[in-house]
Amino acid sequence: MGAALFLLVAALTVVAALGVILHPNPVKSALFLVVTLFLLAAVFVLLEAHMIAALQIIVYAGAIMVLFLFVIMLLNLRNDDPERGRRRYVLRGLAWIGGVALAIELALLVRGASVGSAGSAPAGYGGAAAVARSLYTDFLLPFELTSILLLAAVVGAVVLAQKQRRPTLS
Amino acid sequence: MLADRDSSLGPMKDLVLYLTDVAGPLRFAPYELVAMVAMLLFGAVVVFGFVLPVAGITSWLERRVWARIQSRVGPNRVGPQGFLQWLADGLKNLMKEDIIPSAADPWLFALAPYLVVIGFVATFAVVPFGDVLVIADLDIGILYITAVTGLVVVGVLMAGWASNNKWSLLGGIRSAAQIVSYEIPAGLSIFPVVLLTGTLSMQEIIRAQGWAPWHWFLFHDPFTFAAFFVFFVAALAEGNRTPFDLPEAESELVAGFCTEYSGMRYLLFFLAEWGNLYVIGAIVTTLFLGGWQVPPVTEHPVALAVFQLATFFAKAYFFVFVAMWVRATLPRVRVDQLMILCWKYMVPIALVNVVGTAIWMVVVPTSLGRVVAIAMTIGGAALVVIFFRRVRFHLRRARLGPADYYYSPFI
Amino acid sequence: MLDQYIGVVITFALGAVIVLGMVSGSMIFGARSTSRRAVKDEVFECGNPSSGPARGRFSVHFYLVAILFIVFDVEVVFMYPWAIVFRQLGVPGLIEMLTFVAILGFGLAYVWRRGALAWD
Repeated sequence: MGAALFLLVAALTVVAALGVILHPNPVKSALFLVVTLFLLAAVFVLLEAHMIAALQIIVYAGAIMVLFLFVIMLLNLRNDDPERGRRRYVLRGLAWIGGVALAIELALLVRGASVGSAGSAPAGYGGAAAVARSLYTDFLLPFELTSILLLAAVVGAVVLAQKQRRPTLS
Repeated sequence: MLADRDSSLGPMKDLVLYLTDVAGPLRFAPYELVAMVAMLLFGAVVVFGFVLPVAGITSWLERRVWARIQSRVGPNRVGPQGFLQWLADGLKNLMKEDIIPSAADPWLFALAPYLVVIGFVATFAVVPFGDVLVIADLDIGILYITAVTGLVVVGVLMAGWASNNKWSLLGGIRSAAQIVSYEIPAGLSIFPVVLLTGTLSMQEIIRAQGWAPWHWFLFHDPFTFAAFFVFFVAALAEGNRTPFDLPEAESELVAGFCTEYSGMRYLLFFLAEWGNLYVIGAIVTTLFLGGWQVPPVTEHPVALAVFQLATFFAKAYFFVFVAMWVRATLPRVRVDQLMILCWKYMVPIALVNVVGTAIWMVVVPTSLGRVVAIAMTIGGAALVVIFFRRVRFHLRRARLGPADYYYSPFI
Repeated sequence: MLDQYIGVVITFALGAVIVLGMVSGSMIFGARSTSRRAVKDEVFECGNPSSGPARGRFSVHFYLVAILFIVFDVEVVFMYPWAIVFRQLGVPGLIEMLTFVAILGFGLAYVWRRGALAWD
């Protein structure tokens, strides 16, 4: 029952992901991404990683998707392909090369991996406490460095989006 | 998966175990099936027997309360005191045509109300009504609520974009910007409570408090007290309530993201808004006001469950009333004021609350903490007394005649 | 553990049932327009004929708000596990988080100083 459920959700996730890359309208493509991320959260739940499932929805389906939708609406992208002429074919060729390379890599990875039962997770696995213990002891330095990364993101956004203010006399 | 019989099924566990017992009336039925049906029934009772009526009745009560506050009468024709107004509104909208404008994107336009309504109904999965009365006591309870509320943002943006209307798009984007901005102070204001309890489960947070006000997290220390106010204000803003109802500012944006909606689909957005008020009240009650905790007066399980249910409902609905009161009293803020309030005041205050609570836990010993809790409870009671004295003072100063004092709850 | 999520799935389904039921109810009982291309199908623009595309560009401020939101949302997400085990972490945990919050507080102060929070 558990495996069947997992396969069903995983298959739906792949279908939604296909919707993301195949839909011509950028807004609908982004909404397919929301569906994909929600289904991915369901996969996490099925793998007993409840905390990660919730954070996945909050960060990706909530925050990052809002940014995506804002940017798409901000730029007012249309259905039609903006690239015309020779550049279009060059881009298509590059995309094909990248895609085929990724497919080969994936095939090699899958061939090397052994598929079997993952065994049952230990008690409390994937819960908040387990995540916290490893985050604040073993991975303390990466955690603190994350704040620097976030700081850089804020500064970058302000520099890009904010017009330089003229000094006022008052 | 369901074969684990010790697993929690909420209030239905004992019933299901009894029914499927070797001597039970449903011994021939598989345990999984009975458990599933029981869960479905309980969920249906909560949603159709509680969530929908509460959202509807709130819509009537809100208009009555505004009317009283603004010296009007309000809807009083349909049923006794206009009580059935919400059903009449529902019926009227049922009779309306479901218009999908020709310029709109039909699929997304039709889909947006689903996201908004599911985003609000799904929160009830973890809202506790009593010690055993909860659909699913997830160990990530409060985080789950934050996560599913994210659906509302996507639904609002979808409605605004799909309508293909200038007002709708602007309203949708404003609304999304507002909801996500205020999610930060609201999220940060949960931390003082999580720090104190060390859990995210709604039930565990309530169990860490007591029935008495000095056991509530509201009066635990000055930082939780401040966090309570930050959370409530941020939650009102997240629910697009006045004074933060800019996305629906009639004078600027017609009806915001639902300008092009009509009939039932229009009603559904408002169903979610009114129902969301109760969710806000329920979260505030859970986090800061001791939830369903009641004094130990009865041992009988049914009586206890009813008592807890009534306590939780009264506390949560008090905040629904406060939201109505705020809406009837305060004018709408401007967009710049909205953003400044969030990022320059509420986010820094919320951060100070988190850090302050953490330092408090390390520095202040338990005995002193108990004294502070009682002192803060007395302070809170004093604030209420001062409030009512001010009201009396203003009523006296207004030199009203006997006719002006006439008050009946039923007009 | 997992069976608790059955309740979650059920509430999701019931939410969808509410919308589906109410919308299909209005399709059955509701009025129906007989003429295609009726005036009510047009874009509502306060009675004026609609002019220009509806999906114009809008202020870059919204983008800035979204970026700020993501940064602070990620911060909040990092604080959840910390808050849960704070009692076990004790003073070292407090110092770790103070460093983290201080760096992000610096970010907020920078945005504030640059005037990016003003909405004009």
